Amino acid sequence: MAETINMPKLGFDMAEGTLVRWLKKEGETVAKGDVLAEIETDKATVEVESSASGVVRKLLVDEGAVVPVNTPIAIVGAADEVISVSSEQLSVSSEPSSVVSRPSPVAGEQTAPMPAGDAQSSIVNPQSSIVKASPLAKRVARERGLDLSRIQGTGPGGRIVRRDIEKVISEQLLVSSAPSVVSGQPSVAARPPSVEGETVALTKLRQAIARRMSEAKSSVPHFYVTHEYKMDALLALRAQINGYLPEEEKVSVNDFIIRAVALTLREFPNLNASFAGDKVVRHGAVNVGVAVAVEGGLLTVVCKDADVKSLRQIAAEVKRMAAGARQGKVRPEDIEGSTFSISNLGMFDVENFAAIINPPEAAILAVGSARQVPVVEEGQVRAGWRMKATISVDHRVSDGAEAAQFMQALAKYLEEPVRLLV
Amino acid sequence: MARITMREAISQALWEEMERDPAVFILGEEVGVWGGTYAVTKGFYDHFGPERVKDTPIAENAILGAAIGAALVGLRPIAELMTINFAFSAMDYVVNQAPKLRYMFGGQFKVPLVIRAVGGGGRQLGATHSQTPDAVFAHFPGLKVVSPGTPEDAKGLLKTAIRSDDPVLFLEHATMYQVRGEVPEGEYLIPIGQSKVQRPGRDVTIVTYAKGLELSLKAADELAKEGIEAEIVDLRTLRPLDMGPVLESFKKTNRAVIVEEGWRSYGVGAEVAARIYEEAFDYADAPILRVAQKEVPLPYNRTLEQAALPQVPDITAAVKEALK
Amino acid sequence: MNKDKLLQMYYEMVLIRRVEERGAELYQAGKIGGFMHLYIGQEAVSTGLIAAREPRDRVITAYRDHGVAINCGISANEVMAELLGKVTGTSKGKGGSMHMASVEKNMWGGHAIVGGHLPIAAGLALGDQYQGNDNVTICMFGDGATNIGYFHEALNVSMLWNLRVLWVCENNQYGMGTAVERASAVSEIRQKAEGYGMKNGRVDGMDVLAVYEAAKESMDYVRRESKPYLLEAVTYRFRGHSMGDPERYRTQDEVKKWQDNDPIGIFRAALLKKKNISAAELDEIEARAEADTQKAVEFAEASPEPGMEELFRDVYVED
Repeated sequence: MAETINMPKLGFDMAEGTLVRWLKKEGETVAKGDVLAEIETDKATVEVESSASGVVRKLLVDEGAVVPVNTPIAIVGAADEVISVSSEQLSVSSEPSSVVSRPSPVAGEQTAPMPAGDAQSSIVNPQSSIVKASPLAKRVARERGLDLSRIQGTGPGGRIVRRDIEKVISEQLLVSSAPSVVSGQPSVAARPPSVEGETVALTKLRQAIARRMSEAKSSVPHFYVTHEYKMDALLALRAQINGYLPEEEKVSVNDFIIRAVALTLREFPNLNASFAGDKVVRHGAVNVGVAVAVEGGLLTVVCKDADVKSLRQIAAEVKRMAAGARQGKVRPEDIEGSTFSISNLGMFDVENFAAIINPPEAAILAVGSARQVPVVEEGQVRAGWRMKATISVDHRVSDGAEAAQFMQALAKYLEEPVRLLV
Repeated sequence: MARITMREAISQALWEEMERDPAVFILGEEVGVWGGTYAVTKGFYDHFGPERVKDTPIAENAILGAAIGAALVGLRPIAELMTINFAFSAMDYVVNQAPKLRYMFGGQFKVPLVIRAVGGGGRQLGATHSQTPDAVFAHFPGLKVVSPGTPEDAKGLLKTAIRSDDPVLFLEHATMYQVRGEVPEGEYLIPIGQSKVQRPGRDVTIVTYAKGLELSLKAADELAKEGIEAEIVDLRTLRPLDMGPVLESFKKTNRAVIVEEGWRSYGVGAEVAARIYEEAFDYADAPILRVAQKEVPLPYNRTLEQAALPQVPDITAAVKEALK
Repeated sequence: MNKDKLLQMYYEMVLIRRVEERGAELYQAGKIGGFMHLYIGQEAVSTGLIAAREPRDRVITAYRDHGVAINCGISANEVMAELLGKVTGTSKGKGGSMHMASVEKNMWGGHAIVGGHLPIAAGLALGDQYQGNDNVTICMFGDGATNIGYFHEALNVSMLWNLRVLWVCENNQYGMGTAVERASAVSEIRQKAEGYGMKNGRVDGMDVLAVYEAAKESMDYVRRESKPYLLEAVTYRFRGHSMGDPERYRTQDEVKKWQDNDPIGIFRAALLKKKNISAAELDEIEARAEADTQKAVEFAEASPEPGMEELFRDVYVED
């Protein structure tokens, strides 16, 4: 039985991908899990694996084509199987990308003509051919692959508007952040709609950053709380631990911070959350995103369930994912599903800074350098290691007091780092 | 920066430009000895003399025709129409001559003319003296149409208009001469054809200008008390129309209300709404609404007149409707 | 007047006649669009008038402007190219028959809104007065334009403000198809100046020398006294108001009677009475006008259409 391979959804806000290169030709044998093609998304170049074994019977998309998510790109089947390619599939491969990404009657929306004289029922019946939705709602639904006919509109006359779409997306988000989903299926993950960049001069990554950061900074009301941590104990402990570890397994200050943050977040579920229109979604899992500088931008790799992982596990995982990110080849699940992010500029001798929240997360921690500074203790000035960190918080979700308490609680782990080992 | 009235800002712009450039002169009904019907040119006649502050007969064709002729031979006339309603007596010059002479003669001519005119309702002057027919004039390519809503913009835009080599219709609102605001002293120019965000907000975009700005700012304060943050984009120039800030705002808020004092039919709101739909259709989350004058000639009776003109509650109601 | 000047005037009158005759042919051949109003029969008025001006004196007229354009020094080539809508036309092909102008030649346009250019003429003169110049603005218009408000507003301010304008009414007996007597309360147009206390005069518009003398005299007055003057030139257009005029409003006999008084014929006879001008010289001038007209047609036909870049150019100075 022949199987259709579709353009996978490889990122939370991926609407389309560029098929950069086919790695298999028509007629070649392919095993399930073999790399079929390279796809460029907003974030990175990603390899697409075949979900079936057999012979590549048909490549439906040309190299360089921009293809919407879930559009068929190839057919894998038995060598002697009769393959019928529908005109719908073919039309996608031959159309220029700008046409493909627009709504067209061929591209899947229900456009059966309305029965004459039946206009009234067409509005009432959600299954009818005309769905009342605002242009914005239609666009976002198209980008997210949502079926409008299954969404309840709350606008005038039952019109589907942005908040209705956001509600559906936040419900999906709720599902996607459950542990079982995090480990496997990136395509379910969903984020609030983002404004689509229209500039082509930017790289895909830059576009994504520009879009998401502008959206975050203009739509999320940020507030900031800064705290200074005593780092003497942590630095000493790190030196001690690293003495036992081979070079490639050494633990960074940031790994300590990831674990400390994860443990603290367990105590502050409201900061491990997302704002979703009329409610706040508190995530079950603590997935800590770590900003990694890559060429032309940054990527957030995600340490899943960081609160239940050991320091060594965290160190190994982050090291692997960061290396992949810098080489421009990350696995979708490595950049997916974070619930709280850390941005650490400590290696650049930064005293302190504030970061922009990575939506739909509720907060991000910006970490400066650990610096030796004069400190006063018991009336005496002496040298001490101090590190400042600033948390940026979505004010719709949380308030200053809670953020301050979080920062204080974080001190418990950073200043008594043995807690991180138990 | 001084806090001065719209009247003072306009007067300052005129005075400074006349001091700066001897080719600038004013002509119109009662601009000289009287000091301007709205006292904008008070003191000018004594300072600049009768040649540069030229009183004219009540003859709009002669005023505007002579101004165009003088502009053709290198002067920078500022022709004052006592009210925009009198432009209809000389419509030929405003829409048929000044905007066309350059194009029609293959680019040989320049018409560096400013027509200042007062418009607007709310003063119980009856139907023929109370109009806000801005959209009519903005219809014609070749003419620039400017209508400021703050003293600062009035000064900066008028100075630019006087220096423009193209004909500019500068529309002032009769009930706004007392509006006060910070205005930079001395040299201060604002380019014609640039809209401006006069109040930031995230929930809804109010597009307006002139008197509509004054009303919309008040409406936005009311709405803020209920947690609705309206972003106000002031067009400032109706032609050429700068849609950039409007579209940017709309793409953020996805909802818009357009406020104008003129009649709704074929008006500024119609134009702006059409352009939003043309250029940002996929960002619309609700129909774009318009607040405008009722479709009647303005009545004399104060209650009826106020009912016909757009008011703050009309704007707050429209915003709430748009947010449904 | 010296011989060269007289012969130049003769050349211009014949050239206007030939250019317009060819223009009529090209119009009927579909090569000229829109309205076209011929000056044939009235050549003596603008020729005599403009011969009397100094180059710094400005000229502005109505839509029957081909002759005025040529008298002001716009070449037959540019006039013909404008008629054909070519980019080499005096208004780049964007004005057409009714809108010919040249700032360089101090010709401020043919204007197509009846009476609309009269207040503008006052403005040109106001600009000169403001700048301390003593040049005269010569404003030409038809009898039909004296019944509209513009005329009265313009005459009033010109007198009120002491503007140097020579108002020249070309009374060709008809405003389109309506005879002067049927449109104006007074059929002697110059009487209208009296109400404004303005000096005025009347001249035979078929006699170029008479027009020249009257123009010279009135222009001197305007310049010297800094006062406007209204000169009425009585003339007749031999062709219809515009192309396609059914001419039901006048008889063939009437047209014939005026054509016997052809201004070119009158001028030729007058020139031949002078001892130093021969028929052979005038024949040579007519042949030259004919050849120049032919060249103008060839130039215009060979000229390019305006490119699409012209469509949006010159809407504004600043774009």
